[in-house]
Amino acid sequence: MELLSILFEIGVGQGLAGLGAGAAAIGAGIGVGRIGGSALEAMARQPEAMSDLRSNMIVAAALVEGVALFGIIICLLVALG
Amino acid sequence: MQTDDGRESLTTFAPNCAETENMSRFLSSLAILLILAFAGGNSGLWAQDHGHEVDGHDAEHAHTENSDHNHDRTDHEGHDAGDHDHADHGHTEEFVAGEFIIHHIADAHDIHLFGDVHIPLPVLLFIEGEGLQVFMSSAFEGHGHGDKHYACDHGIDYTLHAEDTLLENDVAVVSGGISAQREGQQLTVYDFSITKSVFGMLFILSVMLWMFISIAGSYKKNPGKAPKGMANALEPLILFIRDEIAKPSIGDKADKFMPFLLTVFFFIFFCNLLGLVPFLGGFNITGTIGVTVVLATLVFLLTNFNGNKHYWGHLFWPPGVPLPVKFILVPIEVFGIIMKPAVLMIRLTANISAGHIIILAFTSLIFIFGDGGTAIASGSGMGIFSTAFMIFMYFLELLVAFLQAFVFTLLAAIYFGDATHDPAHH
Repeated sequence: MELLSILFEIGVGQGLAGLGAGAAAIGAGIGVGRIGGSALEAMARQPEAMSDLRSNMIVAAALVEGVALFGIIICLLVALG
Repeated sequence: MQTDDGRESLTTFAPNCAETENMSRFLSSLAILLILAFAGGNSGLWAQDHGHEVDGHDAEHAHTENSDHNHDRTDHEGHDAGDHDHADHGHTEEFVAGEFIIHHIADAHDIHLFGDVHIPLPVLLFIEGEGLQVFMSSAFEGHGHGDKHYACDHGIDYTLHAEDTLLENDVAVVSGGISAQREGQQLTVYDFSITKSVFGMLFILSVMLWMFISIAGSYKKNPGKAPKGMANALEPLILFIRDEIAKPSIGDKADKFMPFLLTVFFFIFFCNLLGLVPFLGGFNITGTIGVTVVLATLVFLLTNFNGNKHYWGHLFWPPGVPLPVKFILVPIEVFGIIMKPAVLMIRLTANISAGHIIILAFTSLIFIFGDGGTAIASGSGMGIFSTAFMIFMYFLELLVAFLQAFVFTLLAAIYFGDATHDPAHH
């Protein structure tokens, strides 16, 4: 029981918020990694489409990161208030 | 540079290799500049001592000698750390990273340049029963991070709450707000002040007005001729928005929405850039949800007021979908009417404020490692690493500034296109 009370003193809410931020970062990493990977593959198959692929890749990365940052904002709100 | 084998090295254009010489000279001067920058930026840390007020001021002077703009945040924080001298034991106040970050992200009623230098901004309050009250925010007295008070001569007591004051005594004053009392009684205050973000927005608006009115004038004066000057510089960007964003998404009605798309793109882009400029007190305009919610609401209103019969029809009765799936799809689509602009809002706010928070966090790392001035060696070591990362993050933030404006405009154009799409053109 004392261990539990010590753990709660540390601030379980804030610890979990940190965990949530890490999970959001994992999501962003996986998502953008896949985008980059398929973009590179497509560039290797068709080098003449490189600039087209590059701009579309960046746009798709921005959209995916938007979702990840959604989670980050929630964790930030939990951690700071 | 059209070639069939991709890139060409620099030397093929400069047979006497003058360009490569220049390049190496440039690189070596860049290296020297960076070394000086690190040395100069960390000199403040070396000058600090164990948290006495006098030494705190020495650190401030060392910081003001530094001219490298990449160390703005370091400078800024050095002044803050040196300032906290009203503590109990005569030690400087401990550096709390969260407080530092929130202070630089949040809106404020003045522009805090560095140390004790604040540019005060007007405070406009509409108080029920008292009318409009206007005064400068320099009227608030108090120092440090606590609440600041101002007792005006009409008998109203104003309190400018500190940034970490949450709900207090049932008064819905959230961090950084103003509350007013007359003889102990709470008054209802509607805050219309010119805060830092409002000032930034007004500045950006005036810059945009000047820019675009002069561009329009120059196009009118030289019809049919190639544009010069600022019009020349902005024309690729404006045409990019029309030809790559508006026309493919909206089709032939693109010109109707072009004013809005151009305005929103340049507003977001310039506000993002303003937030990245160091030394100006840290504007965070598009990173505050209050600004982006207005932009998203405008997109929402424009989409739904321009929605034609097919748009609403397809929303509530999607064609080509079996009946059971319709029952699932229609609530999602209806929910999506609100959610799509809401995600626009969150995406922009989160990206911009996350970028600012990362840069501030790298700065705070220096001071956490430096233990507020006591552990000089680890502080400096961290300083070099942290400054390098900060420079990298700044470049990334420049990209994000443009990219987020582009993505917002692109998605707004897609929503407008969806709403005005004429299915006769399938």
